[in-house]
Amino acid sequence: MKKKEETFFQLISQKPWEASQAKLDNKHDGKTLKLSREKIGVRTIMVVSTVIFSFFVVAYADRMLIHDWKNMPEPWLLWINTCILMITSYFFHKTKIASDRSENVKVKNGLFTVGFLSFTFIFGQMLVWYQLLNLGYFAASNVANAFFYMLTTIHGLHLLGGLIFWGLTTSKFLKGNYRISKMQRSIELCAIYWHFLLIVWFVLFGLMLFT
Amino acid sequence: MFVAFILFLVVVGTLVFHFWSPYWLTPVASNWGSMDQTLILTFWVTGAVFMAVGLFMVYCVWRYRYQKDRKAEYKPEDKKLEFRLTLLTAIGVVALLAPGLIVWKDFVTVPKNAVEVEVVGYQWGWNYRLPGEDGILGKTDIKNISDNNPYGLDLNDSNSKDDIMVQDADLHLQIDKPVKLLLRSIDALHNFYVPEFRAKMDMVPGMITFYWLTPTKTGEYEILCAELCGTGHYAMLGTVLVEEERDYSNWLAQQITFENALAQNRTILQLAENKK
Amino acid sequence: MPDEFGYKIEAKVDMAASGTSVPPIDYVPVAERPEQELYHSKSWWTTYVFSQDAKYIGIQYTCVATAIALVGLTLSLLMRIQLAFPNLSLLDASVYYQFITMHGMIMVVFFLTALFLGGFGNLLIPLMCGARDMVFPYVNMLSFWVFVLAVLVLVASFFVPGGPTGAGWTLYPPQAITAGTPGNLWGIVLMLVSLVLFVVGFTMGGLNYVITVLQARTRGMTLMRLPLSIWGIFVATILALLAFPALLVGGIMLLLDAVFGTSFFMPASVSMGELLQTEGGSPILFQHLFWFFGHPEVYIVALPAFGIVSDLISVHARKNIFGYRMMVWALVIIGALSFIVWAHHMYVAGMNPWFGYFFATTTLIIAVPTAIKVYNWVLTLWRGNIHLTVPMLFTLGFIITFLNGGLTGLFLGNVVIDVPLSDTYFVVAHFHMVMGIAPVLVVFGAVYHWFPLVTGRMLDQGLGKLHFWITFVGAYMIYTPMYYQGFLGVPRRYFEMYESSYISTVGLNVFITLSALVVGLAQIIFFYNVIRSVLKGEKAEKNPWKANSLEWQTPKMPPEHGNWGEKLPVVYRWPYDFSVPGVDKEHIPQNVSPSEVAGAKVEKT
Repeated sequence: MKKKEETFFQLISQKPWEASQAKLDNKHDGKTLKLSREKIGVRTIMVVSTVIFSFFVVAYADRMLIHDWKNMPEPWLLWINTCILMITSYFFHKTKIASDRSENVKVKNGLFTVGFLSFTFIFGQMLVWYQLLNLGYFAASNVANAFFYMLTTIHGLHLLGGLIFWGLTTSKFLKGNYRISKMQRSIELCAIYWHFLLIVWFVLFGLMLFT
Repeated sequence: MFVAFILFLVVVGTLVFHFWSPYWLTPVASNWGSMDQTLILTFWVTGAVFMAVGLFMVYCVWRYRYQKDRKAEYKPEDKKLEFRLTLLTAIGVVALLAPGLIVWKDFVTVPKNAVEVEVVGYQWGWNYRLPGEDGILGKTDIKNISDNNPYGLDLNDSNSKDDIMVQDADLHLQIDKPVKLLLRSIDALHNFYVPEFRAKMDMVPGMITFYWLTPTKTGEYEILCAELCGTGHYAMLGTVLVEEERDYSNWLAQQITFENALAQNRTILQLAENKK
Repeated sequence: MPDEFGYKIEAKVDMAASGTSVPPIDYVPVAERPEQELYHSKSWWTTYVFSQDAKYIGIQYTCVATAIALVGLTLSLLMRIQLAFPNLSLLDASVYYQFITMHGMIMVVFFLTALFLGGFGNLLIPLMCGARDMVFPYVNMLSFWVFVLAVLVLVASFFVPGGPTGAGWTLYPPQAITAGTPGNLWGIVLMLVSLVLFVVGFTMGGLNYVITVLQARTRGMTLMRLPLSIWGIFVATILALLAFPALLVGGIMLLLDAVFGTSFFMPASVSMGELLQTEGGSPILFQHLFWFFGHPEVYIVALPAFGIVSDLISVHARKNIFGYRMMVWALVIIGALSFIVWAHHMYVAGMNPWFGYFFATTTLIIAVPTAIKVYNWVLTLWRGNIHLTVPMLFTLGFIITFLNGGLTGLFLGNVVIDVPLSDTYFVVAHFHMVMGIAPVLVVFGAVYHWFPLVTGRMLDQGLGKLHFWITFVGAYMIYTPMYYQGFLGVPRRYFEMYESSYISTVGLNVFITLSALVVGLAQIIFFYNVIRSVLKGEKAEKNPWKANSLEWQTPKMPPEHGNWGEKLPVVYRWPYDFSVPGVDKEHIPQNVSPSEVAGAKVEKT
């Protein structure tokens, strides 16, 4: 049965006590959105993360205006890390396509590549830290440095959180006891999350680059 | 019956407490009587709503208490009634808000002839600075603070030399002269509040906040800190004296300028060093 | 395709009763989705400790939140004794400030938020929506245990060197981490870590509440057929998901300031005569972040209370809630507006004074939907048939308390009246009335109401009435005099009560403390009642209050794992069909099909 799309305003102006409304309501299957609950879950997490990062950006923009702000250099390694993250996203996209077509070998290789690249990215970010600390850019010495370390950490933690789900998915995949539809969904959701983190990184990197 | 009666007592008791108890606003000693007027307007409007809704509820509880053979009414909504109540509430809210915003405009618009007085909060006490003869307060920076220079005045700013320092003492204000209080803190958040003046504002390290008032009644008033600022918050009290012009000038003549204070401090330090 | 509801599909058309007006609405279409996979615990640990059953998690949440609330209550009583009888020298100033801070944070975040969303959310959402469990039971279980960890970290701060932080629950920098405040080294760090954990744990739970309400309802349960309790919890959860990030961000940055000496919020300042190394930070920025969380937080506590109270009032007055749609709209509008009023906590914080116009206007606008809710509660009583049961008494107490606290909010929201009143006892009285006592009265009402559902036994009604009268009248006598202290300008957060030279408030102060002690001790009655009733209370009949919502319609009471036995219920009506004209039965539960109540005449409005 096709459900009629109704806007939020139509929804909340229903009169649930009226017989004509009751007739419609009795056919309702109890779902509001035509999405799987996992997908809504990932989207909710992405919304919450976006709000978190927005507050950081607002705080950054506010704090930047004060005269003691000293810009920080952007090490070339950051560009490489950005590239790695882009490649990761690309491979995740490929893996997702492969999983939709049930090409198991490709999926396996894809998952491994993505994991490897993600850890490389985190390692690369730590290298950047190491370089900057060696150059004397401490968190306490200027707030611009502090923002850099904080934002990269929060972004890295998000990636690590994603890697936990990646680990669960990969181990399930290797063990082989899964339902195909479920596995496809897991991989799709991971891929969406990785793309999201790439966009977040673009925003953060851009913010630090242009200021 | 019992329930409705007690609830009735609670609602009416609130009103009785208001009339019977001696507690109410302190007599106002500044131009901010207008704040009191908006407050009292709000008090009576909200008080009337409280009584009306409260008593109506008590009536319902009494009138529609459980009876075995009665059936409750079935009425999901009443658009007309709901619309009217919404409109009425909206009108009430506008009536309360509008005078408030008008007085707020007065509060944030400092008159041009206001004399500047700086209040410096620290953990846990008050210092004051008057602009001196030139009428201009010298620049300050927290980083300049030292034993010699507790206010952190900029030594290179010529305006600061004649600034009058009132340290750890009472603040004197002249009656009917508008003052703009420039509020500064060197360590934590504080808030300069004199209940009789009504006005208050936080002091934030790194910022200069302000408000203005005109003292309208001579007398001695207590200054309170109204923003939790650490263990000694409750003891961060001070005194402000509102005086007639002659008393005020006498007091002013006894105060020392920054330049003098600096010189005095130097001699004291010199003496201390010579003794060694 | 198998029918998950196991329903025999019968298109029974009942035209006889009213002649024409009842259309064939008994038709139940075939299910389109598979039965939810239900987790079954295998060991003692996964049944009783790391349980994944939402009902059980709800009870766990309630118990932990209540336990920590008892700590908060004790702290407040000790503070009140110190204020009224300073000669006893019960506390010193730094301990007093530590207690103030912990009392505030515990009650607002770890008690009320956790109780309404974690406790009642978990208990009621699956049952009222007609689901077998939350959508992600494992995440739900994690959420609870992260919350427990947060509480433990918070409690640990009592035992570290320097004790818990004494910065006030607002944790304003710079003083939160400078030497003039107690607990500025360990205490503040543990407090912030605890808050970060709480936010993480809550987000996991919140995910569950939102998605369960959206996607896991049973057949026929449209959003507009949900009881208002669920609407309140649902909107509050969305607020929390959007508001807690602000606390998280502020908390993380303050934590870095405290631990690594960064200058996010720390300006150049002096501490104990020493110039600090920090520079340029903005304390006001923290306040903005804090209150962007802090104001919606008020509604995170209030909206579930609004919802629950609406259901209690309707059930016990045997009348449908008046203006259901308006109630839903008001919840949504209040929720939306709550994000643009935060700076009314900062009128005198030194921000640009021109903000005052905007925030005063938005704040007073929010009074309109709130007032409508109050009108509708009272209008529900009008022409009802009011059973003065214990839950109903608490509801009536709530209305008066909330009315009182809400109306005094109009003073503080109106920017210029806030100037003399902010940071005085008027504020203390206002927020305790509106988001302390009022929600707590709802909690008690809800406990008396749903206790039979959870335990299968009734709470003693006599003891309940005693408990209600002492708590309600006592609490009212604590806070009403405080308004007058506020008018006098008595500042809050003073270790030694300030004595106005205009008139002494010593007597008032002693009176308040005595009332507080009586109210505090009266809670023993409640706990005695709970423990006694769990052990040997009167066995409750099924659906003892004759309510309509689904939680009472489970095959067994208390509901078992999976809630619904063989087949999920099907919903045919909204939950407020009380005293329907033309029907013999006084109430029609949501899962009663129209053919079973022939003759119902519903007036069009």
